[in-house]
Amino acid sequence: MMPKLNVSNAVAALLCAALVLLPVYSAVTGNIFILTLFTRIAIYALAAASLNLIMGYGGMMSFGHAAYLGIGGYAVGILAAEGIGSGFIQWPVALAVSALFALLIGALSLRTRGVYFIMITLAFAQMAYYVASALSRYGGDDGLTVYKRSDFAGLINLSDRNQFYYLCLACLFGGLYLIWRIVNSRFGLVVQGVRSNEQRMQAIGFHANRYRLVCFVIAGTICGLAGALLANNTDFVSPAVMYWTRSGDLMVMVILGGMGSLFGPVVGAIVYLLLEELLSQFTEYSGLILGPVLLLIVLFARGGIMGLLGRMSRG
Amino acid sequence: MADSLPDPLLRVDKLVRRYGGITATDNLSMEVIPGELHAIIGPNGAGKTTLISQLTGQVMPNSGTIYFAGRDVTHLPSYKRSRLGLARSFQITSLLKDFSAIDNVALAAQAHDGHSFRFWGNARKERHLRDAARAALERVGLGKRADIVVSQLSHGEQRELELAVALATKPKLLLLDEPMAGLGVTESARMVALLKELRKEVTIVLVEHDMEAVFALADRITVLVYGRVIACGVPDAIRKDEEVKRAYLGDQHAVTRHG
Repeated sequence: MMPKLNVSNAVAALLCAALVLLPVYSAVTGNIFILTLFTRIAIYALAAASLNLIMGYGGMMSFGHAAYLGIGGYAVGILAAEGIGSGFIQWPVALAVSALFALLIGALSLRTRGVYFIMITLAFAQMAYYVASALSRYGGDDGLTVYKRSDFAGLINLSDRNQFYYLCLACLFGGLYLIWRIVNSRFGLVVQGVRSNEQRMQAIGFHANRYRLVCFVIAGTICGLAGALLANNTDFVSPAVMYWTRSGDLMVMVILGGMGSLFGPVVGAIVYLLLEELLSQFTEYSGLILGPVLLLIVLFARGGIMGLLGRMSRG
Repeated sequence: MADSLPDPLLRVDKLVRRYGGITATDNLSMEVIPGELHAIIGPNGAGKTTLISQLTGQVMPNSGTIYFAGRDVTHLPSYKRSRLGLARSFQITSLLKDFSAIDNVALAAQAHDGHSFRFWGNARKERHLRDAARAALERVGLGKRADIVVSQLSHGEQRELELAVALATKPKLLLLDEPMAGLGVTESARMVALLKELRKEVTIVLVEHDMEAVFALADRITVLVYGRVIACGVPDAIRKDEEVKRAYLGDQHAVTRHG
């Protein structure tokens, strides 16, 4: 399917181009801050995109998605602290542990629906948070400094600002492409069908929960990758990245940008983190403004910013 | 009499389902023979939908047994029964509302075409799924409406789509729960004509309130009252059955009383 030319796709294409060219702008103007800011944005966009896979396409309102940010991050941090600096080991471990955690909590929480599902995913993420806080060998509450970024045998230098940015961007685009393929595949159609009408899907012969669970694991694994990137970005990982407010941030990004829209979470992450950054220059109560903005979006723009753009192109 | 009939495709044996103090299915036994169109009728609250839901596995019985194609399916979940060839349409239309008509049907075809743990290829480009779906849509007269989103289809079209979805699973037995519900006169007539065609290919259990349709279509009729079978036989015998007359007369009173 060739993407149709409309406002939302045009915005997505322009954003992609801008993201790719950002380091050039940064180099020309000498504005390093914008590059570090957008590195962070790309990482959170990847995390939000993975949440969108289960929340937007799968109808699973997970309120514990930030747990994978921490798990991916701690996998990198702990291995680094134990003297294993190779990214070829750290990253696969980060993905594998995230997948395993998703499998475990998915298998238990997917027995429930609605509010119970939200609460149980939240509870599991909080458990991960407290376990991390108790890891006194790895900093406990204070967190763990990553003294050396993941080493990829000279292929790519993560300490180089531009290279690291492009790595994050490549992961984001790769993640989005993967999600796009999944959403249009047999598997993706089943998952979306279950969101729409579970009973119907069972009646025509699908074991709904099996598909939900696999989707849940894929999303967790992608978010684990974002966690590994985040630990490298901040050279630090602490229990705070798993705190429930972080999961809330990810949800807000998805809703703001547009649930069930491929590019929505990217737009959501950009708008949310930019607003947060801008507002923090004027006030320490940025939530006072972010809150009402979110409220307006939810009330008047179902489908978020991408939904709004979609309606514009239809006139 | 049972000896002269071929092996039943579906056999229900002493089925019981209670909801609190109400026995919705009361020691119910019945058989469906391959190739027949078997209608189930009964006044409101006779437990027809509860029975259908137990046959397809949405509701589990308290006791009793359900055999399908010679196999005990009493405890099988609904997705497994669907794979054995049991399909149902819902009394209240139950479709994937935000999907197009053809997506709804293609998913049903997909469910019976191996597993769906395929993550890469575009499912909407799989020719044999699309072709099967298109054929089922043509079958029910929705060929030209394939790409319309379900929520944009008329009620009558949604009823027809329900049927196309069920057909796409290539069922051995089709359980239709009031396919005529809410249809206008012309639409009903079209549905009856459609069912007349379908009955040549597939065994059908039809739950329906429209008596004219039932007597025009059915080979045999089972009459339920309060979850119990009070009569079972060919339409002519049912028409003359005293107990059936009484039950329906009683229901009439009930209707006027409440209405």
